[in-house]
Amino acid sequence: MLRLHPFRYHRPDTVEDAVALLAGFGEDAMPMAGGTDLMPNMKHRLFTPGHVVSLNRIAAMRGVALSPTGSHLRIGALETLADVSANLLVRRHFPGLADAAGLVAGPQLRNMGTIGGNVCLDTRCTYYNQTEFWRGALGYCLKKDGTVCHVTRVGAKCVAAHSADTPPNLIALGAGLTLAGPGGVRTIPAAEFFITDGIWNTRRARDEILTEIRIPVGGPGRRSAYRKLRQRHSIDFPLLSVAAVGDFDENGAVERINGVVSALGARPRVLAGWDEIAVGERLGRRVIDALADRAYAQCRPLENIIVDAEWRRAMVRVYVKRALSELAGRSGRQGNTEAKS
Amino acid sequence: MEVVRLRVNGDQRVCGVPSHYTLLETLRYGLGLTGSKQGCDKGDCGACTVIVDGRAVLSCITPVWEAEGKDVRTVEGLASGTEPHPVQDEFDLNGAAQCGFCTPGILCSSVALLDRNTAPTREEIRTALAGNLCRCTGYEKIYDAVEAAAERLGG
Repeated sequence: MLRLHPFRYHRPDTVEDAVALLAGFGEDAMPMAGGTDLMPNMKHRLFTPGHVVSLNRIAAMRGVALSPTGSHLRIGALETLADVSANLLVRRHFPGLADAAGLVAGPQLRNMGTIGGNVCLDTRCTYYNQTEFWRGALGYCLKKDGTVCHVTRVGAKCVAAHSADTPPNLIALGAGLTLAGPGGVRTIPAAEFFITDGIWNTRRARDEILTEIRIPVGGPGRRSAYRKLRQRHSIDFPLLSVAAVGDFDENGAVERINGVVSALGARPRVLAGWDEIAVGERLGRRVIDALADRAYAQCRPLENIIVDAEWRRAMVRVYVKRALSELAGRSGRQGNTEAKS
Repeated sequence: MEVVRLRVNGDQRVCGVPSHYTLLETLRYGLGLTGSKQGCDKGDCGACTVIVDGRAVLSCITPVWEAEGKDVRTVEGLASGTEPHPVQDEFDLNGAAQCGFCTPGILCSSVALLDRNTAPTREEIRTALAGNLCRCTGYEKIYDAVEAAAERLGG
């Protein structure tokens, strides 16, 4: 039995009211949408806010729709992962994102968890996502209540892993994230949203709310794919995740290609050097192998997850190849076959 | 203590709860509905699964206030009077329950699936139950039972 600490529960109807509550209570308040990350974390005493501000009544943060010109798709941050994965617009324009949303955790968690919450997911680490008793027995850790990182043992920087499935896709697709806070509304590219600090790995201020996601709709030659390594095929967070987005001309040659790998460190890694290998080429075995080698050279998993880091590293090549083979049209998707409601 | 008003298995229920209570704690310790189980109690195992507005969710990490104004269905509400729900009946006939601790959650996930998909494939059943851990059965008899229930409901 894991009891929550006592807190007050607020249910504002508008973004403005939610922001005012968060600003008013300061450090003692946290926003919550589906609660699938924050509730277990509060049960582990990783967060003990005196005030929880539920966002679930804010109608303006729902909905999935194309912009009037059709250039962008807007996804309200409160859309559940189940709804995002089943949404026809998302499936048509961003199949990699739809698959990623459909591979988060298990069915009940996708019915509850939201895409906004997934983007703002707290980082995870073997030494962090534990009960207070477990953490205390080890003298706590750098991310919470302690002074030592049990992963690096020497470092003064937290290396807890970015573990969300949808952000690698949003980064590769060039999405923008809209944040509302006491200072007003701002938009930040998904590629700039994450920082390499495992303690708080985003540029979202604690009194800001992610309200919506805007994704540019690519041309007809755009394809996207997502691959996720995990111990079980359900429930688990990724041990490694790969998102790939490519634009192809009518002859099948690459015009532009992006790859993002995550679940390694505190922020998703945008792979460098892919365009120079692949632009102008068809995505054949030789090009895919070269892209996978380039990815492997840039990715070094840490022991922040108790699964052999060298094996996770070896899987970078395998999972990049699988994602790229899907882009090339040579293999099926990893997405699940859940009946869509 | 605050007063929460819930619609559980068709009944209007009123209950005094602390502001930080979960839906599961309210069902079990406020309303005496102990069918939904407290397993891992942190959203991993699925033993606390209930159906809220037609969707299977985890009551152990649902703040009770989020269930206000919605239809909550628990394992206690699946049967019609003394007549078990076809999924419950097929669990019995197929030997799909052993220790039984995961069973209420799996029944709720199964009913949520069959309510929106009357003819699921084996793979769709596996996917719909992928968030419910069972340490006894090896799952095959559970899938058999849901398949058999789907045939009965469809026929």
